[in-house]
Order: sequence, then structure tokens, then C-alpha cells
Amino acid sequence: MLEIKDLHAKVGDRDILRGISLDVAPGEVHAIMGPNGSGKSTLAQVLAGNPAYEVTGGSVTYQGIDLLALQPEERAQQGVFLAFQYPIEIPGVSNAYFLRSAFNSIRAARGQEEVDPLEFLDYMEKKLELVDMDVEMLSRSVNMGFSGGEKKRNEILQMAVLEPKIALLDETDSGLDIDALRIVANGVNALKRPDNATIVVTHYQRLLNYIVPDYVHVLAHGKIVKSGDKSLALELEAKGYDWLVEPQGALA
Amino acid sequence: MTAPYIADFTTLSNNGVRAEPEWLRDTRRTGIERFAALGFPTPRNEDWHFTSVAPIAEASFSQLRGASGQVAKGALAPFQFGESDWPLMVFVNGKFDASLSTPELVAKGIRALDLSTALRDEPTLVEPWLGKLSTSEDRSFSALNAAFMSDGVVVHIAPYIESAVPLHVIFVSDANAAKGVAHVRNLIVAGHHSKATVIESYVSLGDSGYFTNAVTEVQVEQGATLTHYKIQRESQRAFHVHTIDAQQARDSHYVSFSFATGAALSRTNIYTNLNGEGSGATLNGLYMADDEQHVDHQTNIVHSQPNCFSREIYKGILSGAAHGVFNGKVYVYPIAQKTDGKQTNNNLLLSDRARIDTKPQLEIYADDVRCTHGATVGRLDEMALFYMKSRGVSTDAATKLLTYAFAADVLETIEVPAVRTELERATLERFTGSSVAL
Repeated sequence: MLEIKDLHAKVGDRDILRGISLDVAPGEVHAIMGPNGSGKSTLAQVLAGNPAYEVTGGSVTYQGIDLLALQPEERAQQGVFLAFQYPIEIPGVSNAYFLRSAFNSIRAARGQEEVDPLEFLDYMEKKLELVDMDVEMLSRSVNMGFSGGEKKRNEILQMAVLEPKIALLDETDSGLDIDALRIVANGVNALKRPDNATIVVTHYQRLLNYIVPDYVHVLAHGKIVKSGDKSLALELEAKGYDWLVEPQGALA
Repeated sequence: MTAPYIADFTTLSNNGVRAEPEWLRDTRRTGIERFAALGFPTPRNEDWHFTSVAPIAEASFSQLRGASGQVAKGALAPFQFGESDWPLMVFVNGKFDASLSTPELVAKGIRALDLSTALRDEPTLVEPWLGKLSTSEDRSFSALNAAFMSDGVVVHIAPYIESAVPLHVIFVSDANAAKGVAHVRNLIVAGHHSKATVIESYVSLGDSGYFTNAVTEVQVEQGATLTHYKIQRESQRAFHVHTIDAQQARDSHYVSFSFATGAALSRTNIYTNLNGEGSGATLNGLYMADDEQHVDHQTNIVHSQPNCFSREIYKGILSGAAHGVFNGKVYVYPIAQKTDGKQTNNNLLLSDRARIDTKPQLEIYADDVRCTHGATVGRLDEMALFYMKSRGVSTDAATKLLTYAFAADVLETIEVPAVRTELERATLERFTGSSVAL
């Protein structure tokens, strides 16, 4: 459902992605691992359409369409979802209104009727349970005053509401204690279906104990340097990244 | 530019149409003399540096006289909010309209009447205050208002009276106001230890070009709290100059909110004098302008006694080729130790052609004070926009929602729920076209 071919991207003058190729089929979970600065987060941001990154080469085909030609909101409407590493705070917009706007935008794009605030609240009940969030969190401004764990749970809540076809989790485990990690992982697992796919971007193997990947890819200097199954993650946990990652200078 | 007004004044005096008390004739005479000497302010005047009133000066508006009221009760519905038991004072084209007003609904201990009636029947409600809480020295528009003041509201709140029901004063202009000026003069006296809310709304039916030149004089007596909201939704072709002068006694609190979205050119002056120890002022506001609109606020908080506080948050949203001006003065006298002052002015520019001139102006002559100020001018946060878009929200909707959100926190400071809800609704509608609460 997602074919990434020789993807190059830069931010400012800095080349970050230097030729990434990756195929993701429905029902699969892919983990993207790698040291800091390897381009993991950039890959997630580029797929979601962050205008801060410039795609300089390659292609991304999603369900037969050119993903890179779509605006961020069109990608979301087509079922692409990015759980942010650093969720954005939006003072003055309640979580409930934000979620309902997003939900209705996506429904409208799919030719479905919008739901009113009361219907939406009903719909939210089960979703809140999934990530163990209190309904009170809906009346607060988006991510304002949320703890690190609450912010990440709020990301998964949004994912649960929007029911994406492909979910990109960008370092969703960073800064989480084990309880929060379990809640977040359970949420992600509960949303897994045979017709959707998940790409988990992470630095640590820990998350992959809970969200078990079908494939693990190691990213270094903007390229995938090794791919394998879940045992690769364990190997990385034991040996670190150094054995796979050449020093930057050696590339030049 | 001043000549037509001076001629008009002479005609009025000669006709002897006003069988007015000597003190009032003195006030008027002083007013016209000062106006003649000052003329209209020019950009050379520091207080008017960013606002040219040439369009007002050149138009030479004629004074609106007599009732031209054909305003039906239903026509005011869009500007009324809150409960049906709120007392209402309605002025049509500057003249009191008893048929649209319900002063009988005011709480026991509160008086609300129109200035003409008060001058004729109960001058003691007026004479000790009028023209004394406000000055026309060095102020062209206040001087002009003093010369011609015709009508307005007089509110007296007796000592110890506390009322949760606001008095809503609506100044409505219709097509008959075209090319005319109303010199509105209001007086609010909040007796000691009283607590009340007065709302002044300046609104328009239709889109005629007229001029509102208003002055509101306010006395907040010892221990009293007066909440004073001003809602300016004049016609997009109107001119609006309004000066509020408040005098505060010991331990009093003056709470002001200025909401401005109307008029081609508007200037609101809110001046308060903390004359008594332990008194405080909270001055907040939100201005939103589009197209060629010009919206100017000037506030001046004078700390003349120790242990007083002032809190000020003004926000502005400017789009199109609109021009906003904010000048926040805080003056602290040497004796005013332990002054606690905080001022913030945040502006959001939604277009490259929109402009804001913001000028905090602190003059502090005491050494043991805490005064801070900050002004920002910015655009919408790109990351927040991307975040919303990544959830499927359209660029347009995300922009509008974030714009509304920018204004939301200052609107949240409005304590009367019905007023807050109405202004939130008006703001939301402006930026999202929908009025569903966030």
C-alpha cells in the first residue's frame, strides 16, 4: 500500500534522507530504528507532508497515488496519520473541538455526513477508554498543560478517532514510563487491522516488546543500512548501532 | 476645519435654545474655546502620531439633533444578549429613546436615566461630576464633546448596592445618522462598596457614514468594583472617538474590556487614575480589523498612590490592509511605592498589508515598584498549522481556528458569562463562519 523509492529530502541546505526505499503492505508493522540524526523522524515528517522539509528526489506511492503531490490535510483525509514526537500545544482550542473538526473533515472528504457535538461525545467514550483518558481531557486546550505521557496518549486518541490506514508513530515511546508505554502500545495494537499498516519510528527496542514488528529497518545517514525481522531489534539492543553505522566521513 | 463647529456653537448660544444652568454653559464655553485653540489633532501630536483624523476633520459633520428614531424593537435583537431582565437604555442617533428602553428594570439602589432628563429634573445627579471627572484640556475631541454634549446615560449606583444584572446601554445609529455627529456624554458613579456592571454598545443598522464622539466619565468610590464593558460594532463607514475617564478612590477596582470590530476609523481612549491607596485597574481588550479599517486604542493608567495594581492585556488581529494602533501608558508617581503593574499587547497579522503600531510607554518615578510590559507582533504558528492539517483539517479551517484561538484567552477574562459568550460567538463567527462553541 506504500512504496517509497529512492527518497531524498533536505531541510535548509542539509541533506537528511539520501535514498530511502521501503515497501509496506496492508497488515504489516515496520519498525524504523537508528541512531540520533539518522533521518528517522524526517522520514515520518516527509510522509506526513511537513512543509519544513523539501523532497529533492524519489517517489512515494500510496494506494496507487502520488503521495508527495498531496497537501498534508489531503494525506490525512486519505488515511495517513502521524503521531508526533513532540505534540503541538494549541492554546484556546479545546481538544474536543479539535478532534471533532479533524473527524468531520475526514468524514467530509470521504463523502460521509458530519457528526454533531453530542453524537461525537458518544463516539469518543470508547476511544477514551482505549487510552485510559478521562473525558475531562477533552475540554482542555489541545496538549496545554499535558504531561509527556498525556500528550502521547492524546496522539493515540487522535489516531483512534481518525482510524488511519497507515499510522506513522514518531518516537512515541520517548519520555514514557513503562505504564504509559504499555497504555500507548495497547492502544496501537487494538487499532491494528488486516487492512492497515503501522510504521514505528524508535530509537529503542523497548517499545517493540509491546508493538511487535514484522520488519525492522536500520537507518543511518539517511539510508536504510540493514533490514531484518524482529530479531534484528534484539541484536541492536545487545550490540548497539556502531557495528552497522560507518563513521560519517567514510561516506564521503 | 474647526470653523463650522464654532459657527454652529455660536448659533446654538444665540438662539438660546438651551435654558441651561450657568455651570453647564461654562463647561460648553470652555470646551469650544479649547477646541478652537487646539483644532483637530495632527500626526505631529505625539498621542495621534499613528492615527490621522483628517477624514473626520474634512468631513465637517453636522450635529444630530432631535429624535430621528424609527428603530423598531426587533431591529436591536442582534445586539442584545444576556437575559430579558437586563435593563436597557437605548439611544438612537445620539438621542434617548424611551420606548426602546427599560430603566425600570434596574436593581433597587441603582438609577439609570438619560442626561437630558437628569439635567432638567435632577441636576444634583449630574452637577457634582459632569465635566469634572474628565478633562478637555489638551484634548480636541473631549473639548468638542464638552461644547456640544447632548445626550447619554447617567448611572448612579448607591453605596453597598451589589447587582449581578448588568445595565446595557446601546447607542444605535441608522441611515438617518448619515453625515451627522452625536456628541454622547455618559456619567457613571459607583457609590462606595457597590458592585455593578455597565455595558456600552455602539452599533449600527446599515452602513451609513457618521461620527460618534463620546465621552464617558466614571467615578469609582471607595471599595467599589465597577465592571465596564465597551463593545464597538459601528458601521464600516463610521468614525468613532470615545474617551473613558475613570477616577478611582481607595480600594476600588475598575474592570474594563474594550471589544472593537467596527468603524472605518476608531479611537478608544481609556484613562484611569488610581487616586486612592489599594485601588486597582484591569484593562483588557480585543480589536479586530480588516480591509482598510483603522483601529486605535490608547490607555493611560496613572498610579498616584502606593499599593495599587494594574493589569492590562490587549490583543489585536489585523487582516487585509487594516492598521492597528496600541499605546499603553503607565505613569507612576514618586509617592506610588509598591505599584504592581503588568501590561501585555499581542498582535496577530494575517496579511502582508496589515500593520500594527504598538507602543508601551512606562514612566516610573517611584523606586520600589514592579512594572512589566511586553508587546508582540506575530503570524500564525507554522507548526501548529501543520499539526492541524496533518489531522485532516483544511488549511482554511486551521487558519481560522488558530486565529480564533489567539483571541480566546483574552475573551476568557470577561467575567459576565453572557457577555463572554456573545463576544466569543462574534469572534468565532468572524473567523470560522460558525458559532458552535469550541
